[in-house]
Amino acid sequence: MTRTSSAEATAREEVAAPVASPRTGLARARRVGGRALSAVTVLLGAATAAFLAQAALPGDRATTILNIRSGQAVARTPEELAPIIAQFGLDRPLVRQYLDYLAGLLRGDLGSSYQQFRPVWDIIGEQLAATLVLSLTAIALAWLLMVVWVVATAGRGPRVRGLGQTVDTVAAGLPHYWLGIVLLLVFALTLHWAPVMGGDGIEALLLPALTLAIPLGGFMGQATRAEFERALEQPFVVSARMRGMGETELRLRHVLRHAVLPAVTLSGWALGATISGAVVVESIFNRPGIGRVLVTAVSSQDIPVVTGIVVLIAAVYVIANLVVDVLYTAVDPRVRIA
Amino acid sequence: MTLTTEPAGLLAPATKDAPRIRVRGLSVGFTSSAGHRRVVNDVSFELHPGRCLAIVGESGSGKSVTARTLVGLTGRGAVVDADELSLDGEDLRGFRERRWREVRGRRIGVVLQDALVSLDPLRPVGKEIEEALRLHGWGDRRARRRRVIDLLDAVGVPEPERRARQRPGELSGGLRQRALIASAIALEPEIVIADEPTTALDVSVQAQVLAQLAAMKERGVSLVLISHDLSVVAHLADDILVMRGGEVVEQGAAAEVLGAPRHAYTRELIAAVPGGHTRDTRLAPHFVLPEFPARGAAPHADGPLVEAVALRKSYPVPGGGRATAVDDVSFTLERGRTLGIVGESGSGKSTTARLVLALEEPDAGEVRLAGRPWTGIRETRRRADRRRVSVVAQDPLSSFDPRWTVEQILSDALDLRLPAASREHRIRELLGLVALPDAVRRRLPLTLSGGQRQRVAIARALAGEPELIVLDEAVSALDVSVQAQILDLLVALQDALGVSYLFISHDLGVIHHVSDDILVMKDGRVVERGDPEAVFRDPQHPYTRDLVGALLRLDSDTPSATASPGETE
Amino acid sequence: MTTLAPAPVAPPVSASRPRRRRPAPSLVAAIAVIAFLLLAAAWPALLATHSPTANDFAAALQPPSFAHWFGTDEAGRDLYSRVVWGARESLLIGAGAATVSLGLAVVLGTAAALGGRILSGVVGFVLEVAFAFPALLLALLLVAVLGPSAWTQVLAVGIGTAPGYARIVRAQVLAARSSGYVEAAVALGHPRRRIVLRQILPNALRPLVAIFALSVGQSIVWASSLAFLGLGVAPPSSEWGALLDAGRAYITRAPWLVVIPGLVIVALALAATSLGGHLRTALDKGEKA
Repeated sequence: MTRTSSAEATAREEVAAPVASPRTGLARARRVGGRALSAVTVLLGAATAAFLAQAALPGDRATTILNIRSGQAVARTPEELAPIIAQFGLDRPLVRQYLDYLAGLLRGDLGSSYQQFRPVWDIIGEQLAATLVLSLTAIALAWLLMVVWVVATAGRGPRVRGLGQTVDTVAAGLPHYWLGIVLLLVFALTLHWAPVMGGDGIEALLLPALTLAIPLGGFMGQATRAEFERALEQPFVVSARMRGMGETELRLRHVLRHAVLPAVTLSGWALGATISGAVVVESIFNRPGIGRVLVTAVSSQDIPVVTGIVVLIAAVYVIANLVVDVLYTAVDPRVRIA
Repeated sequence: MTLTTEPAGLLAPATKDAPRIRVRGLSVGFTSSAGHRRVVNDVSFELHPGRCLAIVGESGSGKSVTARTLVGLTGRGAVVDADELSLDGEDLRGFRERRWREVRGRRIGVVLQDALVSLDPLRPVGKEIEEALRLHGWGDRRARRRRVIDLLDAVGVPEPERRARQRPGELSGGLRQRALIASAIALEPEIVIADEPTTALDVSVQAQVLAQLAAMKERGVSLVLISHDLSVVAHLADDILVMRGGEVVEQGAAAEVLGAPRHAYTRELIAAVPGGHTRDTRLAPHFVLPEFPARGAAPHADGPLVEAVALRKSYPVPGGGRATAVDDVSFTLERGRTLGIVGESGSGKSTTARLVLALEEPDAGEVRLAGRPWTGIRETRRRADRRRVSVVAQDPLSSFDPRWTVEQILSDALDLRLPAASREHRIRELLGLVALPDAVRRRLPLTLSGGQRQRVAIARALAGEPELIVLDEAVSALDVSVQAQILDLLVALQDALGVSYLFISHDLGVIHHVSDDILVMKDGRVVERGDPEAVFRDPQHPYTRDLVGALLRLDSDTPSATASPGETE
Repeated sequence: MTTLAPAPVAPPVSASRPRRRRPAPSLVAAIAVIAFLLLAAAWPALLATHSPTANDFAAALQPPSFAHWFGTDEAGRDLYSRVVWGARESLLIGAGAATVSLGLAVVLGTAAALGGRILSGVVGFVLEVAFAFPALLLALLLVAVLGPSAWTQVLAVGIGTAPGYARIVRAQVLAARSSGYVEAAVALGHPRRRIVLRQILPNALRPLVAIFALSVGQSIVWASSLAFLGLGVAPPSSEWGALLDAGRAYITRAPWLVVIPGLVIVALALAATSLGGHLRTALDKGEKA
C-alpha cells in the first residue's frame, strides 16, 4: 500500500532537505561514498531483519517447515526431519547460518521456499515484471494527477484552495482495497469501460494503476501544495510578476519547480511502497505479480519467500533513492554546487 | 494632503514635462472574511521625469502597498479607490490583468530587496534577465542573449558571460543585486520602483545599489524609492512622502522635509536615526523612561570584566573542509562600558558573541571572566557563574519557550531558590525597568509587538543581575522609532545599573551611538579597533575607510556611492 | 511612570486576535462521526437495530433498504447492526496499535535525538533501515512470523507504522534542542536535566496529542487491510476488517458488503485525520493566542 500517515509525510520532508554542497573532488567522493555506505547499511539491515524473521519461527524449525510444506501439524520423526535439516543447514550454529545467508544473498540466492520446492528467486523473478510495470505506471499517473490538480488549485481563492486541499486529504486517506473495489464496480461492472478481471494490455492496467495512483497522488499533493503555496509568496515570484509574467506561466516556470522537490524525494520510497501496495491491488483485480506471491506466502508462513520480497523491496528502495538523488540535483542544482 | 510635491517654477527642466504618474486621493483596503481593513488612505503625488520620489515609513505605513498599486499588484482582496491614477495620461483604474502585464517590466520596472530571494534561486541570473525581454517579445533568442550580456555589463558586472550562467546563490551580494537591477531595467522602462532595494544588504553593497539608482536617475528615469530608512533616501530623493498608518503625514521637497520637518512624526523619525552626532542624547525624547532605583555602589574595578585572548573558531562546511569564522580575536571589556563589534554578515561577530557567552568552545585562545577562566572549563563549573552573563538576541521570539507567558519566562530566569513572594516582586520590578505595563505578564510573547518582545528579552537578561549583557543585533529587526526607544532604554539601564554591554551590530550608526570602544571585524579578523572618534574620524584600515565612507548620514551632502569600488571577484 | 510610548503602528498580531467563531464544518462532522462510533463501541445495543448474529436466510443478501439500512449478508444478518457491534473490537485494535506505535516512536525518537553517541547511532541505524520498509510490508512480515490474530494485528500495525512516527519525534526533539529558547536556558545556567524535562520534551511531544488521533484512524485502515487479505481476525467476528474479508466472496452480487464497511472505515480515518489536524492547529494557536 502506498498510503502513509501524515506522520510519515513530515518525516519525508525532513529527509527532503538538500544534503551536501561539495566543492572539491574529494568532497564529492566523500558524498558518493556516504551514499554507498548508507545503501549498504539499509541492505544489510534488511537482510538481518529477514534472517531474524526466519530464525524466529516458533517451535522446532525443521518440524515447522515440514508442517508448512505438508499443510498438517503433526510431530515428525528424526528420519523425516533429516533431509530438511540438511537442506536448510539447520544443524549449524545460528551465526554460521546468518553468514551463509548473507553469502547466499551476495550470489543472488534468496534461499528456497518452504512450500514450493524451488528457489525463492525463481518464484519472485517470474512475477517481478508485472508488478514493476504496475508500480511505475502508478507513480507516473500519481505525478500527472497531482501536478495538474495542485497547479490548478493551489494558492487560488479560499474556496478553490479549500476544495483542492480536501480532495488531497480524502484521496490520501482512501484505502486501496476500498478504492479498488469501488473503481471496479463503477468502471468495469457498471459502465463496462474496463475489463473486470485479468487481461493484459493497457485497459487492464488502468484501473489497478489508478487504485495505487490516487492515494499516492493525494499524499504527494499534500506536500507539494504546501511547498507550492510557500513558493508563491516568495519575493522572486513577485519579481517575476513585476516583469509582466502571467499567472499560468509563473506557476509552471517558477513555482512548480520549487514545489515538486519534496515529492521528488518521496518518489524513491513510493516505488517500494507501491510494490507492497500491489498486494491488495493484485488480489482485487486478480493480476499476477509479487503481491499475490506475498499474500500466499504470508498466509502459509512461507517465510523465505516473504523475506526474499522484503530484501528485494529494500534493494528497490535503495536503487530508486539513488535515481531520486540524481533527479533532485537536476531540479535543484544548488545541491551540487553551493 | 494633496499639495503637489513640485514646488512650482523652481525646477525649470522638470516642470516643463507632464508628470509620468499622477495619483490623487488613492485609498486601498483589503477585504477578507474578517471584514474590510483600510491600509492606505487618501494619498496623492506626482512623479516627474528624471526625478526621484521617496516614500518613507515604518512597517504598516502602507508604503509598499502604495507602490504595488502602481503596477496593479496590490494583492488578493484589495479594493483600490482613487480620484486619479494615471500613467502618462492614461487612466490605470480600469486596467485588466492583460493591460497591466504590458505595463509591468516594459514601462515600469521594479527592484525588490535582496536578490538572493528576489531572483529565482534555482535558475541562472541570465535566464531571469532574459525572461523580462522574452515576456515582452523583445528580439529573438540570440539577440536576447546578447542583450543580457550588455545589460550585465552596463550595471557593472565583470565577466558578464560567466556571471549570466550562475545562479543568485553563486554570486556575491553586490553582483546579484546588480543582476536584479539589470532584470528590472532590461526594457528600459521610464519608471523604476525600488521597494526597500537596500534592506538586508551590507553597507558596502548598499552604496553600490544606490549608485546604480542614481545613475538611472541621471539618464532620465523616474524613480519611486520605498524605504524605512531616511538616510537611504536622503541622497537620492527629490521629493519625500512620509507615511504612517496608511496616511501621508508630510510631503514636500526632500531638503524641506529633512531640513525643516513640519510634522512631529517626521521630526521623531529624523531624531531617531542613531549616529555619532546622537551620542549622549536621547533618540526618542517622547518615550518616557522608567525611574530607576538609586544606583548601588559602583562596581569595584579590579581588572577588566571580559578578556578574550586570541580566539579562534572554525566550523566544518558541508562537503568537507572547515571554514574559519573567528580568527585571532582579542579584546578586553571594562566594567560598566560598552564594546561595539561591527561588521558585515559573515564577519564572525556573532560567533565571537557565542564564544563570549560560552555557548561554543573556541578552538584556540580563551575567554576570561573577571580574571577567571570562562571557556575551556566544564559546563558544571561554569553554571554557577552563568548568571553574571546574559544575552539579548536579534529575534527574541525564538528565544522564548512558545508555551510560556511573559511571567513564566521571567520567573524561569530568576534564581530557583527565590521564594514565591520575592519572585513576584522581582518580576514586577523587572517589567518596570523595561517600561512594560504589568498587564503583559499574562500575555504570550507572540501577541506582543516587536518592541515589547525585545523589552521582555531585556527584562529576562536583567533578571540575574548580570555584569555583562551580550546584545547580538538586538535592535536590528526593529522599526527605527522602536529601535530608538530600546537604545534609549539600554543606555539608561547601563547608567543606572552599571552593567557592561558587548554590543554587536552591522549598523555603524547604532554602534557609533552606543559604543565606548569599537572593534571592526571582517572575515573573522579584527581589522580596526579604537574609540569611536578614532574609528570614525580617522580609520586606518582600508576596509574601515570603505565602510565609513559608504555610511549614509542624513547630514552629509556628498553622495557616498563612489566610496566603494565595484566588486571584482 | 511605566507608561508605554505610543506605538506608531498597531502591534502586528492585534488584527488577528482569534474571535469566537463557529467551528469549521469539517470539525463538526469529524466529531459527530467519532462520537457515534465511540458510543457504538461503548453501548452497541443502544444503536443496533437488529441482533448482529441472528440469521434470517429468507432475507439474505438484500441491498440497503429502510428495514436494513446497510443491507444484509449471506446469512441474512443485518449489516448495520454488525458494523455497530464490530466497532468496539475495531476501535480497540486501532487504539492498541496506535499506542504501540507512538510508544515505540517516543522511545526510539527521543533516544536517537538525545542519547549518547553509541545509543543514538544504533537507534538511528535501526530507524534508517526500518524506514526503507513500507508500513504494510513490515506488518506482513510480522504476520508471517506470528500467524494471524487480533493481537498480531495490533503488534504488526503498531510496529509497522512506528518508524515514521519515530522520525517525527526525533525531528521534533532535535528542533527543540537546537531552538533559541533552549539556548537561552543554557545561557541562564539551567542544568541539562531541567532543560530536557521542562523545555525540550514538553515542546517536542506536544504535537503527539494530535498525532495520536490521526494514528488511531490510520491504524484501523492498516489493520483492515490485513484483514481484507485474510490475515486478520477470523470471520465470525463482526470486526470491520473481518466484515470486509467475509464480504469479498459476494463482491459482484452484493457489493455493499464490502463497500459499506469500507466506507465506515474511510469515514473514521478521515474524521481522525481531520480531528488531528484541528487539534494540531489548536495547539499551534494556543502557542500563539
